[in-house]
Amino acid sequence: MSSKANLVERRIIFGLLFIVVTMPLIFPIGWKTEVSPHVQMAYDLVENSPQGSIAIISFDYDPSTATELQPMAYAMIEHAFSKNQKIIAVALWPQGAQMADEAFGQILAKFPDKSYGTDYVNLGYKTGGMVTIQAMGRDIKSVFPADVKGTSIQDIAMLKTFNNLKNAAYIVSLSAGDPGIKQWIMAGHDMFGVSVTGGTTAVSAPGFLPYINQQNQLYGLLGGLKAAAEYEALINVIGSATVKMDAQSVAHILIIILVVIGNIKAYKIRRKKALAAQGD
Amino acid sequence: MVQFMQILGIWIGAFLTFSIFSFLYKDNPFYKLAEQVFVGLSAGYWLIYIIYYVIMPNLVSKLIEDFSANAILIIPALLGLMMLLRLIPKAQWVSRFPLAVVIGTSAGISLMRYMQSDLLNQVSATMINPLAAESLPDIIGSFLLIIGTICGIYFFYFSRKKEGIYALPSKAGIWFLMISFGASFGYTVMARVSLLIGRLEFILKDWLHLIN
Repeated sequence: MSSKANLVERRIIFGLLFIVVTMPLIFPIGWKTEVSPHVQMAYDLVENSPQGSIAIISFDYDPSTATELQPMAYAMIEHAFSKNQKIIAVALWPQGAQMADEAFGQILAKFPDKSYGTDYVNLGYKTGGMVTIQAMGRDIKSVFPADVKGTSIQDIAMLKTFNNLKNAAYIVSLSAGDPGIKQWIMAGHDMFGVSVTGGTTAVSAPGFLPYINQQNQLYGLLGGLKAAAEYEALINVIGSATVKMDAQSVAHILIIILVVIGNIKAYKIRRKKALAAQGD
Repeated sequence: MVQFMQILGIWIGAFLTFSIFSFLYKDNPFYKLAEQVFVGLSAGYWLIYIIYYVIMPNLVSKLIEDFSANAILIIPALLGLMMLLRLIPKAQWVSRFPLAVVIGTSAGISLMRYMQSDLLNQVSATMINPLAAESLPDIIGSFLLIIGTICGIYFFYFSRKKEGIYALPSKAGIWFLMISFGASFGYTVMARVSLLIGRLEFILKDWLHLIN
């Protein structure tokens, strides 16, 4: 086949994908989402942590992956708040602090009684990756002497008795790469013994599945938009991930059809070449 | 004024989105413009961000507040300045020293952690009794975990020619690897479609107001 024909085919595929993703966003179908065991594990960790306990949510991403990770942040913050747990937000990525502010702002509309400094705090970004986490494991106040607003950590009510990572009920890392969930597993769990769960972009999810093992290095995992929709289903919320899943599912169906067509076509071309070689 | 700036920002966002998408048809000046704007903005943004959110709070502010207590910070500050000498060809050799410190400390810190998390804990996680699992799917899964790990590692064992019976685990290893690559590809497709959905949501919701 000529390269020009290939180019035309590619453009048809892009056009089709554009249409099948757009239509379900305008006209939602409402397909249900089944919950996978890894998402259930992450949910159970939050669900079974005691009221009043403090969790750390690390925002290790920036706006480029917000489509996948921000819905996870909404869902997990909402779940933790509904269980009356307190949240410390930190960020290993520079723009993570802003992502945390945006997520809290969104969820606070549902929890007007939650207040900054008492129920949640944003400590902001700190460079250093795993070294920073190791230092937090010894003394969080030396790593974050002030929060993102510049308030001294000594003046923040919910942090009066919180000295290091071991005081956290669990750690959630929403991670788009390095540093991120891997560093939290290595330092947070393997060094300080705190349960770690989290979410990643779908691209990097398979790389973290081996950490969900009998050692509980990782306590469940949310991989991509689908997992965020599953978490929303568990907390009975029709959130930003759920409404996008119709488009995601329809796009997947199209891609499966295209893969099948592509393979049939490739088989036919190979067969044609083999027959031609036999004829020679 | 604020509302005008918001609307302007959305229109610029929509224009740049379509400019980038236009590459799918063919390379064109709009795509090149969007690409250059992205590169330039990113470089400028990160420069300012690093100055104000890394160097100022972690070095300058601490030295100004209490110099004697934070005097040790002068050492990393000097190492940082030495790194910048890479820009001067005659003094380029000086940058090797801070680079050596970075490589040495990174290797030292990572070695123990990776050994523990990626080797010892992973090996321990494979040393399981597969029959101890609660359900039949879990038992099958445990067997596949053990067989897959052994065969996958054996595939990368090159000290013996793989013939006859020695080739079987290697072939099984290839199958396990291929299946894992397929799963990774599936996840990658999902991620890319998610990004497309994110952009289209911006177009349909923030720009065109077609959806809520």
